[in-house]
Amino acid sequence: MYYRRTLTDAQINRELLDVVLRTPMWWVVIVSILGLIVAGAASAFGFMMNQGLGVTGLQQPIFWGFFITNFIFWVGISHAGVMISAILRLSQAEWRRPMVRAAETMTVFALMTSLLQPLIHAGRPWRIFYWVFPYDWARGIWPDVRSPLVWDPTAIITYLTSSSLFVYTALIPDLAIIRDRSTGWRRTVYGILALGWHGNPRQWKLQGIAGILLSALILPVFVSVHSIVSWDFGVSLVPSWHVTVFAPYFVIGAVHSGVSAVVTLMILMRKLYKLENFIWEEHIDAVARLLIVVATAWLFFFWLDLVFALWLKEEQEMTVWHLRLFEPPWSWLFLVFIVCSYIIPVPLWMFRRVRRSFTWMLWTSLLVNVGMFLERLIIIVPALMRKGPWVFTYDTYRPSAVEVTLIVGSIALVAFLLMLFSKFFPLIPIWEEKEGQKLIDEVKVGDRVVPALVKEH
Amino acid sequence: MATRTQSTRANHKWGMVIDLDRCTGCQACVIACQSENNIPLNDQTAFLDGRAIEWIRVERYWEGDYPDIKARFLPVLCQHCDNAPCESVCPVYATYHNNEGLNVQVYNRCVGTRFCGNNCPYHARLFNYWEPVWPEDLRNQLNPDVTVRTRGIMEKCTFCIQRIRRSTRGGKQVEDQAFNPACVQACPTDAMTFGDLNNPDSRVSHKWEDERAFRVLEALGTNPSVKYLKQVDAHA
Repeated sequence: MYYRRTLTDAQINRELLDVVLRTPMWWVVIVSILGLIVAGAASAFGFMMNQGLGVTGLQQPIFWGFFITNFIFWVGISHAGVMISAILRLSQAEWRRPMVRAAETMTVFALMTSLLQPLIHAGRPWRIFYWVFPYDWARGIWPDVRSPLVWDPTAIITYLTSSSLFVYTALIPDLAIIRDRSTGWRRTVYGILALGWHGNPRQWKLQGIAGILLSALILPVFVSVHSIVSWDFGVSLVPSWHVTVFAPYFVIGAVHSGVSAVVTLMILMRKLYKLENFIWEEHIDAVARLLIVVATAWLFFFWLDLVFALWLKEEQEMTVWHLRLFEPPWSWLFLVFIVCSYIIPVPLWMFRRVRRSFTWMLWTSLLVNVGMFLERLIIIVPALMRKGPWVFTYDTYRPSAVEVTLIVGSIALVAFLLMLFSKFFPLIPIWEEKEGQKLIDEVKVGDRVVPALVKEH
Repeated sequence: MATRTQSTRANHKWGMVIDLDRCTGCQACVIACQSENNIPLNDQTAFLDGRAIEWIRVERYWEGDYPDIKARFLPVLCQHCDNAPCESVCPVYATYHNNEGLNVQVYNRCVGTRFCGNNCPYHARLFNYWEPVWPEDLRNQLNPDVTVRTRGIMEKCTFCIQRIRRSTRGGKQVEDQAFNPACVQACPTDAMTFGDLNNPDSRVSHKWEDERAFRVLEALGTNPSVKYLKQVDAHA
């Protein structure tokens, strides 16, 4: 239904491999700028390691701030991958084709970035490598499996492994195409990566089975990752964190921010890489409809979280909600959050004209993620500010310049990695596009026009 | 291995009772703790930054309305909860419960996730944001029995574990009140009592059963090893 234009195989190859086979100037400029920002953030991190965490804005008893917010944020963004590629593949939504790889790649890079955040945040990150990851068999000092901070890396590394496999299996046919079009050492490297792909029927069959299997196996991860991340808060004793609704609330929030990030990414890709022939208004329209449902489901869970607190009327929890809703600056941040992540975008998405306008969709999807970052901040910091009924209260939390630099750096890092990826691999799967084209080929049989291929469902 | 440890070690359960009716809020306990446990000097900036390190602090609150108003004091230290919320969230076992009822912190194992600090409802856990420094002329006053903590790790009250170790080393039997933590020792009004709750004749065991006794935030079910005594004032 969505394939209105027909493209020849040669044209698909040429347009999708454009940046891979030559290096345009704009690519060099953007990568250098992003690289500089990443280098700046790396030096900010070095400065913080050298001086101590005193350079952050953290203080008693607000032990978690921007870094943990950013951790939750990037794990959230990573949920786009499994949503777009696995669920849409299994439900055979045709409009997924141009966005699967970009979504999956963004997932992998977002997960890597999110894994960096707890390391940046820890007081002695070098000890984590030395202490936690290589299990200390010799001295019998095991990590404490009761701690959610052990569950977190387990869940995220599972997701990272399956996502990387997912990206790679889907990449193999395209690697073979690049191999056939390159010379010298590049040909050797792509040849090794393509694992001897010749495109014979058996290979296609295996590749298809692998894709479907990975999609199905990745589904539990879809539910588990953000649930486990939410248990960082759920199993604690902090008022307003200690709630059971957090797991589904976080998962649906993650899908909301992740799918919005995919929209942002698709529109930027379309503009930069001149993919007008592949990413159409119809695709963005379809994602926007999906987003209306996801955002509304997310709002429902947000409302549940609030209602549970109001219904229990537990004093400590009410104090936290009072701080969030009525005391500046949190009340202002709360307003910005709810307006950005629901009140502006969703009613706009109800209009077909907005859903089909790249400009509108770019800005609304960006707004959602501004809102979702604030959501995580508002969950984390006010709860810590009012977690105990002590008179010896402490000041509020103001992120320092170092923390802000590192947040900006993390956004630049994901963009930087995506740009590098696009230099070596096509951002839109060539074979998926060709398969999509094949599905709309029609042949004349007598006086009837019928589809050339019948896909068995 | 386990049996040998049991046979040589006396079965202690350390606890503390703080009589709030005696507390004058003089902060002697805070200062004593500061010098006993190698806590860096808290200057004005440390307080303004909200990063002062105090293993014991005196909370002040008001009771009644002006002019009939009274200042009340509540010294807060690590409550050594038997069901400690900080312990289960540490991924590296840097904090755990030892067999003498103490909630102990292993500085060397701590990686600084600060989850324990978030999860402590008493705000008793503190983080070292900076490398600790002392003025040159105070170098020699550092207590050799206590580790100087590096930056990036959590710390908190230990019930002066160095004094406990020194007095009970090798399974030595100790008289009640033979030693006390620095804060208890320094208290001019004798408001604080420390001792072995497993010894039914100890002073702390008697006070433990006092009818004025209560525990802070008891509803959370943390089961602290610190009790407070306070006469309920009907006219306040």
